[in-house]
Amino acid sequence: MGTYIVRRLLQMIPVVIGATFIIFVMVFALPGDPLAGKCGERPCPAAYVQKFTEEHNLNDPVPIRYVKYMGAIAKGDFGTTYQGQKVSDELLRRYPITVRLSVIAIVFELVLGVVAGVLAGIRRGKFIDNLVLVSTLVIIAIPTFVIGSVSQTLFGIKLGWVKPTVSSAATWSELMLPGMVLGAISLAYVARLTRTNLVENLRADYVRTAIAKGLTRRRTIGLHTLRNSLIPVVTFVGADFGALLGGAIITERIFNIQGVGGYIVRGITAHDGVAVVGAVTILVLVYLFMNLIVDLLYGVLDPRISHD
Amino acid sequence: MRGTTRTVAVAVMSAAALLAAGCGSGSGSGSTTAGKDGGEITIHGCTPENPFVPANTNETCGGNVLDAVLAKLVHYNPDTAAPENDIADAIETKDNQTFTIKLKKGYKFQDGTEVKAHNFVDAWNWNRDGKNGTLNSYFFDPIEGSADMDCGPGADKKPDCTAHPAKASKLSGLKVVDDYTFTIKTTEKVSNLPVRLGYTAFAPLPDSFFADGGKSFGTKPIGAGPYTFEKYDQGSQIALVKNKDYSGKFPGHADKLTFKIYTDTEAAYKDVQAGQLDLLDSIPTSALAGDKYKTDLPDRNLNKPVGVFQSIAFPKATADPTYQNKDLRHALSMAIDRDTIIKQVLNNTKKPATGWVSPVVDGYKAGACGDYCKYDKAKAKEAFTKAGGYNGTITLSYNANGDHKAWTEAVCNSIKDALGVTCVATPIAEFSDFRKQINSGTMKGMFRTGWQMDYPSIENFLAPLYGTGAGSNDSGYSNPDFDKKLTEAAAATDPATANKDYQDAEALLAADMPVIPMWYSTATVGWSDKVTNVKVTPFGTFDLSAVSLK
Repeated sequence: MGTYIVRRLLQMIPVVIGATFIIFVMVFALPGDPLAGKCGERPCPAAYVQKFTEEHNLNDPVPIRYVKYMGAIAKGDFGTTYQGQKVSDELLRRYPITVRLSVIAIVFELVLGVVAGVLAGIRRGKFIDNLVLVSTLVIIAIPTFVIGSVSQTLFGIKLGWVKPTVSSAATWSELMLPGMVLGAISLAYVARLTRTNLVENLRADYVRTAIAKGLTRRRTIGLHTLRNSLIPVVTFVGADFGALLGGAIITERIFNIQGVGGYIVRGITAHDGVAVVGAVTILVLVYLFMNLIVDLLYGVLDPRISHD
Repeated sequence: MRGTTRTVAVAVMSAAALLAAGCGSGSGSGSTTAGKDGGEITIHGCTPENPFVPANTNETCGGNVLDAVLAKLVHYNPDTAAPENDIADAIETKDNQTFTIKLKKGYKFQDGTEVKAHNFVDAWNWNRDGKNGTLNSYFFDPIEGSADMDCGPGADKKPDCTAHPAKASKLSGLKVVDDYTFTIKTTEKVSNLPVRLGYTAFAPLPDSFFADGGKSFGTKPIGAGPYTFEKYDQGSQIALVKNKDYSGKFPGHADKLTFKIYTDTEAAYKDVQAGQLDLLDSIPTSALAGDKYKTDLPDRNLNKPVGVFQSIAFPKATADPTYQNKDLRHALSMAIDRDTIIKQVLNNTKKPATGWVSPVVDGYKAGACGDYCKYDKAKAKEAFTKAGGYNGTITLSYNANGDHKAWTEAVCNSIKDALGVTCVATPIAEFSDFRKQINSGTMKGMFRTGWQMDYPSIENFLAPLYGTGAGSNDSGYSNPDFDKKLTEAAAATDPATANKDYQDAEALLAADMPVIPMWYSTATVGWSDKVTNVKVTPFGTFDLSAVSLK
């Protein structure tokens, strides 16, 4: 397994270089001039344009800017945004918040989703199964911003249980409600994935053998069937973690969480390429590591899959 | 300039977010219960676009913070927008060209040094210096010698300060007489110079600013204003504390002001409802609809007209000569049913324009546009026929990343209905592209424009927009009579005469219709139940010297 991990880590190097280059080219090839909106309804003073262009190397061709940029990143310098803020400071401040938010969402969707899925799976066709199916259908059908706004108004303003928005500290307890909102839709998917796979595996030969050998129902389902059924769930959740990190834009906006999603969107609309590339590069790394972890978990869940 | 970029905010973020409901009567004051001193007041903030250098701050996110930290020569009255002396003891002139400024003694920067005449002169020289390339440099253009501060053009015609340094590094029109007196000499006569001096870029700067070219100042600005800058937590909040040494006339009541940064006013609005945020300067669109905010925040909301004027401009003659026909312009203007569009599309957040100047400034005279700004299908059709119609499709361009789709389409429908001509509202994806086409004069067809005043003067709604070759003259308008009236007004030593001349100039616009006046904006604000005596300035900002905790 050691060589497998080393091989996967080595494969990441070209992926990271290729991905950052593509992102860099795409971001800086976007039409639009970062300066045109900066001076309102009149052109910017020529002297300002000149100074701005020089400060941000906007005169160099893209490949040279990319090389300069990667050289700086290798030294840990993620560059400076057009607002004059260091990207590395922003990322260090924002990633922990988004990671906390995503972890809450993942734990929430995994625990509740698997429990709901198992209950529905073992009571197939019964009331609880239908309840899970209908309620997950409802959750999937409602967009996040509706769930977010409604729960914010209900718990934050009407009932006053929580503050409607998250403070700058963004503590675990403050992020509970946003995390649940964020995880709600994935929860529905996890529940449905678990249920379907469990139902399918319960018909498998090895389950019949286990029951014939006299194993208890609890042991058959809990130890053998569920473990096998979780492989697609783990795949989904692994990919979802990456998606939540960069894609929590709506939830972040509703609850005023100063996370990564909003930072990337702001960077794109302001043509602030340096901010976008920095944030997305880290997202790429997160995706790669999550995929590695997911692949390793396959081996743990299903002994037939080996990485040697 | 803060002004115009505020217009960007109007244009880009969400037009309706800055707009207001109703036709605000604008008494300016909220509840009048006596408040108490001390405590902390939280204010809706946003991420500053630039470091906190006055000459580079042209938007409200940074500007509102700087306004509390810096003291300027004059302070704008929150009700009337009239300039009142702040650091200035007297501003004297006999000819509108040489101004003598006397300073009050005892004003201190928050670093302990006293505000002296050289702090103004040094600051303005730095702000205008070509090699510093500041955003607000053009505010100093009227001062004598400003042209010598520009670096010469290099091989690519762009300013090149290394090969062609500027002729001067000081404005020849500024002279320090003694510690508390300096003089300003302008190139042309400028009757409203004192009104301009309240803008952020004219603030004095302490000597420490120049030690590192404003670098450390940009992270922790130092002024002589009522509040001291304490800390900027990136992305979360900006904290100010009361300046104990403040000697001016406009101190605040609260001990601490915190600008909480929000990415979305929707979230800020919820916080005001829950008492987590005290002052919100723009009610979100969702709460404006159906006047929902009035039930959410009973007696805790206010509408007030602000110095924003919105219009539809015509393409330059080089891009499409057809629109130079004045009858066509009048026909289009009279074909637009402003009242219905405001009511049905804009949630009553605007007031129909009757001229080119905002009602909030001194010198405003209603009705400059006359019948040309009144909806009249028959007259519109008549003028349209006289103009010989329009061959082809009329287009009205707008930037799609703002909230302009609904009203531009409504305008086009109104034109279609009245004139029987095809009119299409055309989105341009990005505000930056939109402005690029306008600035380069390649925009074909009509397009939306907006203007937020830099300083509260009738002149600011005329000279920069319709003067020949002026910076924001998007339609390429040129009228020698209009220019002549502006020059006369600038030379008038009596404010009433100056205003009269500016009004005459505005009246000339009706015949030529350089842009179609659409509407004036109002600001709708809300506040928590913890604060009292909330006032809104004609700039749409909160009067921080009035508000206090209950």
